[in-house]
Amino acid sequence: MSEQERKDYSNAPMCLSGKGVTRVFGIGDKKKVAVDHVDFEFHEGEFVSIVGESGSGKTTLAKMLLGLLSQTEGEIYFQGELRDLSGERKKKQYWKGIQAIFQDPFSTYNTFQKIDSVLLDCINMRGGKNLPKEKKIEMMTEACSFVNLKYAELTNKYPFELSGGQMQRLMIARIFLLKPKILLADEPTSMVDACSRATILDMLLNLRDETGMTIIFITHDIGLAYYISDTIYIMEHGKFVESGFAEDVIINPKADYTKRLISDVPKIHEEWDLSTV
Amino acid sequence: MKNLLRNLLHSSKFVAGALIFILILLTIFIYPLMFPGNPLEMIGVGTFAKPGTYVSAYDAVTSKKETLRLSDADDKRLAARLSYEDKISMTEWLTAAGFDISDLDLDDTDELLDMWHANYSPDIKPKGMIKAKLNYFKRLNNSLLEMSGSDNYLVIDRTDEGDEVKSKINKTDYVNVKDIANTKTLPLGTDNFGRDVLKELVSAAKTSLQIGFIAGIVATLIGLTLGLLAGYLGGFADDIIMFITNIFTVIPGFVLLILIAYSIGQDQRGPAVVALVIGLTSWTWTCRSVRSQVISLRNRDHVNLSRLSGHSLVRIILTDILPYIASYVVMAFILQVSSGILSEAQLSLLGLGPKTTERATLGLMMNWAMLYSAHTNGSWWAYFPVILTITLISFSLNLMNTGLDQVFNPALRD
Repeated sequence: MSEQERKDYSNAPMCLSGKGVTRVFGIGDKKKVAVDHVDFEFHEGEFVSIVGESGSGKTTLAKMLLGLLSQTEGEIYFQGELRDLSGERKKKQYWKGIQAIFQDPFSTYNTFQKIDSVLLDCINMRGGKNLPKEKKIEMMTEACSFVNLKYAELTNKYPFELSGGQMQRLMIARIFLLKPKILLADEPTSMVDACSRATILDMLLNLRDETGMTIIFITHDIGLAYYISDTIYIMEHGKFVESGFAEDVIINPKADYTKRLISDVPKIHEEWDLSTV
Repeated sequence: MKNLLRNLLHSSKFVAGALIFILILLTIFIYPLMFPGNPLEMIGVGTFAKPGTYVSAYDAVTSKKETLRLSDADDKRLAARLSYEDKISMTEWLTAAGFDISDLDLDDTDELLDMWHANYSPDIKPKGMIKAKLNYFKRLNNSLLEMSGSDNYLVIDRTDEGDEVKSKINKTDYVNVKDIANTKTLPLGTDNFGRDVLKELVSAAKTSLQIGFIAGIVATLIGLTLGLLAGYLGGFADDIIMFITNIFTVIPGFVLLILIAYSIGQDQRGPAVVALVIGLTSWTWTCRSVRSQVISLRNRDHVNLSRLSGHSLVRIILTDILPYIASYVVMAFILQVSSGILSEAQLSLLGLGPKTTERATLGLMMNWAMLYSAHTNGSWWAYFPVILTITLISFSLNLMNTGLDQVFNPALRD
């Protein structure tokens, strides 16, 4: 993987944006504000990273963006229009535009269903329900070859017969079939080995370059975020403490939290000082 | 699937439970084929006939006889006729008359009789014995002499024209049981209405199992549906369902069961109605535990992915949640069947079971045995086999349940 050429997407059309998005769990003494009045603007074709440590509200924000969780306050705009998720049909329509890859490949699959059904669902969702069987197989083969998998080896297998890296690549094949406007990747590389990690990141970038989709990449690894993203949002305790172009945020961090995150990135050529941790 | 079967066969508890249960099922289905007939037919006129083989005395008289000279026949005959009370009275006289009986064994009838015949005389009048008592011993002695005395009985048919000797039965006459036209084996005797207990028991076990299964299916279906909905939908639907469930949990189920069964009335209470009532009052724990499992499942990524794939609520519940709790539901169902059978027995024992005229259930059999005091007059065969059957059925079901638990939960495997 080579370092990406970064572009300025701030003039590209708005894809997903939010104003004062808040999510509160519990009531009374147990009240916990997971996401606290965050504003964001994601543009078409942009590779955005949201960086923060565990418990900072990244996943809660991701679920709200996906529409799996409703926000307590604030508005989310999808392609410039206020998002409306009332009713199953509208949700279904929304999910044609936004899809996700989850953190743990081992829990993402329904272990009782064969792999084919996952891919067939995508074709059906794209309106390909009545396509001839040969055409469907052709589409699935193409999607698998995009992620360096062989459909013939996967068909009629159950998810648990695959390795973690293969499962996560299959998830990307799923996205390839669905071709959504936005892909939300919630730490897709944290559970796979280093080798698969590079492959997966490469595939995500290819996907962006080929289809022009917006990728929202959620991670705790600021080094990784710097490596691949155009824009970085730093999240602490449910708030965005800093955001901007990747170069600006990493080279000239303004917030203390960002500085600390950057200083915590282990450097291979230096001796580690664990006393400050 | 193949793995599951192999694991099931490796669990000794499951295999043992399944074997007992299959044996019970086989008995229930094969026994009526071998011995057809109405299980509630009253074949006996008296109550509580002892278990054993009954031979028609009438047929025995006219059957073909063989002569056998068996040396101990007289002794056995005497021993069988001499009641325990008679033996006690005999020792009483012997003691009163001043004979030493310290090394006499009451079970040894021969020795007692020898001693009696050697020593008894109507002339000896022990001190303090009243006249009536003395006369009793005189009669006892006569009947003992008679028993060992006469050599044959005459069977006389008494008609208007006069008596006609039909048959003469000698002491040495024997009849082959196979030659007697009418014999009846009652392995568990008869009950208070003179019905064959074993036949009744087999049909009762069948009815009770049916009640258990219907109750189990009803309870599991209600509990599962409500649990799935409450757990997956959450929010307001969850609040309402849990409100209803909590009400049912707080009211003691058995009291509710009694009240409902009572208010339905004897005539309307068939086995199916009783099963339904049991099912309707015992679903709460299934509902609660299914709900809690679904809550932990509904935020899993595979469910989220299914939602993102645009699957409907019904499809998500059926394909993404139900398979994950299926093993639990099967186990809950088995327990519900077992507790359904026990609930029926409890209800029937209180007289609130199915109506009594059509089909026997295990509970009804115990109810009848109790009403006719089988437990106080020593008729163990009227209730003990029933208790054993109920125990075996619940035991086998619970064994299977524990075995399944071992299979599905690797942490419990030994």
